[in-house]
Amino acid sequence: MADGKYETVIGLEVHAQLATRSKMFCGCPTGFGAPPNSQTCPICQGMPGVLPVVNRTAVEYAVRTALAFGLRVNPACRFARKHYYYPDMPKNYQISQYEEPLAEEGALDVEGPDGLRRIGIQRLHLEEDVGKLVHEGDFGTAQSSLVDYNRSGMPLMETVSRPDLRSPEDAAAYLRAFRAVLVALGVCDGNMEEGSLRCDANVSLRPRGATELGVKVEIKNLNSFRNVQRALEFEVKRQSAALDKGERIVQETRLYDADRGATRSMRSKEYAHDYRYFPEPDLVPLKLDRAWIEQQRAAIPELPRARRERFVVQYGLPPSDASLLAQSRALADYCDRAVRVYAQNPKGIVNWITSEVLREVDAADEVAVTNFQIPPENLAGLVKLIDDGTISGKIAKDVFARMLTSGEDAATIVKREGLTQMADPGALGSLVDQAIAGNPKAVADFKAGKTAAAKALVGQVMKASGGKANPAMVDRLVQEKLSRS
Amino acid sequence: MISRQDVEHVARLSRLALNDAELERMREQLSGILAYIDKLRALDTAGVEPTSHAVPLVNVMRDDANRPCLSQDEALANAPDRSGEFFRVPRIIED
Ligand SMILES: [Zn+2]
Repeated sequence: MADGKYETVIGLEVHAQLATRSKMFCGCPTGFGAPPNSQTCPICQGMPGVLPVVNRTAVEYAVRTALAFGLRVNPACRFARKHYYYPDMPKNYQISQYEEPLAEEGALDVEGPDGLRRIGIQRLHLEEDVGKLVHEGDFGTAQSSLVDYNRSGMPLMETVSRPDLRSPEDAAAYLRAFRAVLVALGVCDGNMEEGSLRCDANVSLRPRGATELGVKVEIKNLNSFRNVQRALEFEVKRQSAALDKGERIVQETRLYDADRGATRSMRSKEYAHDYRYFPEPDLVPLKLDRAWIEQQRAAIPELPRARRERFVVQYGLPPSDASLLAQSRALADYCDRAVRVYAQNPKGIVNWITSEVLREVDAADEVAVTNFQIPPENLAGLVKLIDDGTISGKIAKDVFARMLTSGEDAATIVKREGLTQMADPGALGSLVDQAIAGNPKAVADFKAGKTAAAKALVGQVMKASGGKANPAMVDRLVQEKLSRS
Repeated sequence: MISRQDVEHVARLSRLALNDAELERMREQLSGILAYIDKLRALDTAGVEPTSHAVPLVNVMRDDANRPCLSQDEALANAPDRSGEFFRVPRIIED
């Protein structure tokens, strides 16, 4: 941090909702935004006597994620009951994993200001989500809370990082890279607004050079990249101010209040952390054999880091563009599809994506990129028309705007609107002659040594052609004709 | 033997309000159960792998397919209190 006295130590716990059709232990659907309490059954409502059954796809997704982060998939794992009493959890325990998680010990390489850093991942386990509480009326005066159990039983994958992060920026970068891998794997939609990805952070400070960790504070409710960074920045400042005053940091849980931009202490319940875990008697253990695990490995697509490297090598992109594209699966797919139909100029295609396409859609919005009005094949067609001289770069921008509204391909628009570039020396030559005849002053200036005067004439010709004249050819013709006149 | 404090602690975790007589009765019963566990402990289990199940089954999984849900009214039928589409519970302060 800015203050050089202390070193910041951060670890992140990320909860990702797996993109399955049904919940973790029952067949209820997982769609977001359904009417409250319309997606429940006796199992996810925690009725007595019901039996949960593990969703195979959830296990597959978790194993693929574990392999992507290089975690060791345990040959056997077990589910456990985590007991606590709160209305978001009707059966008074959450089915999770405790002593025998699905996978342990891996890492994620995160790009930071000082290059690549390896952030350890301690464990990955499966669990079920809990219901959602809403306060009736104003938070301060509410007399009751309302519960929606649609989220209860949704498949969650919890991943705990090692305390290897050294700054709030680091933490945000880790989360971005983490999200990109999950989205590339197709195991989570990565939508933080809808709660598909949620994050808690453990933060502590220690005197620079110390090896022992300071007292850690847990911060909950970090539901956007921006909040993660801002909450951590606030917390680092708060702790360093306290340490400066000689105060001791209390181990506690704090909640981030995005409206106030501050963290506040949650009055910790005396017994809150006595969860009395024990093995879930309603579920038998998982024993994943090597062959099955290898099948999951084979299902892993190209991951963001590999894709970034390929973009640099294969498409000759600068690393910054390659990172931008590889961070979003939809955007990287868009780029690959465009280059597949027009492989001669990947850089040109990428320039159009990073400037024009990203002016229209948010790179982080996978769905918007996937549904972008101009399909990648059509963008490739547009770049090809520029490259082969059919249209100028300036006209191409107009064509792009028309493609956005009509959905047609570039060639169709260019043909119908007669936008083909004028590159016929005869026709252009007569336009140049007219410009010279109509601008004796410019001609005189040019003869007097003001070479800039030729530019004005080129502009006249471009205007007369409706922007369709080939600028290089006009330039050459003007120079020729002026020096001869 | 289990102490009265242990019983109070467990009761509190389980949100149970027990009076003095109940606390004492629970203490006796829980102590009896623990004494039985001690008896089991006397068995030689060296070389026996710990298990959480009596059945020799692993990997019981289902396909990721949807099944019908309860209707909203069915889902809310047992709610102690209801507000529109929601279960209503006493005010919960996030602490
Ligand atoms: Zn259900």
